[in-house]
Amino acid sequence: MELIEVDSLHKRYRDHVAVENVSFSVREGEIFGILGPNGAGKTTTVECVSGLRTRDGGEIRVDGIDPQRERDRLREILGAQLQSSMLPDKIKVWEAMDLYASFYPDPADWRELLERVGLWEKRDSLFTALSGGQRQRLSVGLALVGRPKVAVLDELTTGLDPQARRDVWELVEQVRANGVTVLLVTHFMEEAERLCDRVAIVDAGKVAAIDTPDGLIAQVGQEQRVRFRPSMPVDEAQLLALPEVAAIERAGGQLIVSGTGNLAPAVTLALAQQRIVPNDLRIEQATLDDAFLALTGKKLAS
Amino acid sequence: MKKILLTELKLHLREWPALLFVIGLPLGLLLGLGSIPGFGEPDPKTGGESVTTTHLPAMMVILALMTLAFSVLPAVLAAYRERGVLRRMSTTPVHPGKLLTAQLLINLALGVISLFVLVVMGRIVLGITMPKDPLGFVLVFVLGTAALLAMGLVIAAVSRTGKIAQGLGSLIMFPLMFVAGMWIPRELMPSFLRTISDYSVAGPFATALRDTWGGSSPQLLHLIVMVVGLVVFGGLAVRLFRWE
Repeated sequence: MELIEVDSLHKRYRDHVAVENVSFSVREGEIFGILGPNGAGKTTTVECVSGLRTRDGGEIRVDGIDPQRERDRLREILGAQLQSSMLPDKIKVWEAMDLYASFYPDPADWRELLERVGLWEKRDSLFTALSGGQRQRLSVGLALVGRPKVAVLDELTTGLDPQARRDVWELVEQVRANGVTVLLVTHFMEEAERLCDRVAIVDAGKVAAIDTPDGLIAQVGQEQRVRFRPSMPVDEAQLLALPEVAAIERAGGQLIVSGTGNLAPAVTLALAQQRIVPNDLRIEQATLDDAFLALTGKKLAS
Repeated sequence: MKKILLTELKLHLREWPALLFVIGLPLGLLLGLGSIPGFGEPDPKTGGESVTTTHLPAMMVILALMTLAFSVLPAVLAAYRERGVLRRMSTTPVHPGKLLTAQLLINLALGVISLFVLVVMGRIVLGITMPKDPLGFVLVFVLGTAALLAMGLVIAAVSRTGKIAQGLGSLIMFPLMFVAGMWIPRELMPSFLRTISDYSVAGPFATALRDTWGGSSPQLLHLIVMVVGLVVFGGLAVRLFRWE
C-alpha cells in the first residue's frame, strides 16, 4: 500500500524554483530515501510533505491526508525530525520527552521510548550536555513519541562521527522494524545504501531516478574491475579468452582486469592455473556514487 | 498547556542569573538608594515629595519590567526560533503559539513577583507607603506591562538570533529608561524632554505608576499612549512574528 504519494510537486521561492515536478510514492513499512546534494530541494520536498510549507503546485497525500488542507490531522500521524533543530539548552532529556508526549492524544510511553533510543541513562542530563549523536537520538525519540505512522528524518547524521552515525542507523532500522514508515533525507551515499529500501535521487529540484540502491547501481552498468600485482608475468591472451573478461590494462606493476559476471573467481582460477599469485587483490564494483555521477553528471561530496 | 507552562517556568528558574537582574537588582537598588540620607527628605524641587515616596520605587518597578520585556523575553523567543524550537513544535499537534503564550504569562508573573517583593520589602525596610490608589495602580501596572511586553515581542519578531535580540533590546531599553525618568526625575526634565517622555510608553507608564502610588489619578494622555502602544506594537508583533 502506498502511504505517501507525491505527484508533480512544485515549489518556488522568490528568486528560484526549489522543487520542479517531483513525484514519488512511499510504501507502507519501507525506508524511502531522498538523496541529493545540498540545495537540491530535498528539505523543501519533505517540508511540503510534513505540512510545514505550502506547495505551489501538485498533489500530496499522506495516508490519504492532504498536508496543506488537513494539517491538524497530519500532525497526529506524522512525526518529524527537522534539519538542525535544537532544544533549549537547559531542558532535561526526560522533560523534553514528557512535554512532547503531552502534545499528542495517544502518546507512546516516553520512558520506554528513551530506553529504545538509548538515552535512559541520560534522562536527567541537560540538552546542552548531550553529544551530537545523543541529540539526534533524542530528536528521533521526540519524532516518535506521538506514535506516528510516518517518520520524516532530515539529515539525521550530518556532523556525527562514524560511530555515532552507525548507532543512529541502527536506531532507524529499529524504527522501521516497529512498523513505522520512514522518509529519510540524506546527502550521504553510504547512509542511503545501508538504510534505504528505495531511493529517489534528486538534483536541482528534479527527480533523476527512483529505484532500490542495487537497481540504481545496475542502471549504470554491471562493470567490475579486479586489480592485483601478479607474482610473475601473466599470459594476457589466456585471460582475455575468458568470457567474463572485457579488457586488461597495465598500471605500473599492477594489472587491471575489467569485465562482468563472476569476474573475480574466473580471473583468480585462471591465474592459479598459470601458478601466478595475485598479490594485493582488490575487487572494484560500481557503487551508488558511480550511479549518482552517471545519473546527474555530478559528484556528491561526502 | 499546563505542562508547557511548568517546563518553561523550570527553564526560567535554571537561568537564575537573569532572574537576579529582574528581582534582585531593582530590590538592591531600592534598598541601597533608599537608605542614602537625604533621599527620604521632602524635596522642594519635586513639589515637596521625597525621592523614596513614589519616584524611586516606581522606577525600580519599571527597571524590573523593562528588563523582562526588552532583555529576557525577546532573547528567549528569538533563540527559540533561531534554534528551531518553534519549528519543531509546529510538527506536533500543539501550535507553537502556546509556547509564546506561556512565555508571556511567565514574564507577567515574574513582573508581579518583582513588584510584590519591591512593595513589601520597601515597606518593611524603608517605610514606603503602599499604593494609595490600588485599583488604578493595578490597572496601570497591567496595561503598562502589556505594552512593554508587546514592544519586546516586536524586538523578538525582527531579530534573527537571540544575540541580536539581546543587543537590540538593550539599545532600546536604555533611552526608554532615560525618558522614563530613571536618571532625571520627570519634574526636573526640560520641557522638550518631558514631551518626548509623555509619548514614549515607558514615560507614561512610569508617571502613571507614580500618580496612582501617590493617590492621584493617572493622566488621560498617559493612559491613551499606553493603550495605543499596546495596540500598535501588539499588532506589529502579530504581523511580523515568524515561527521559523
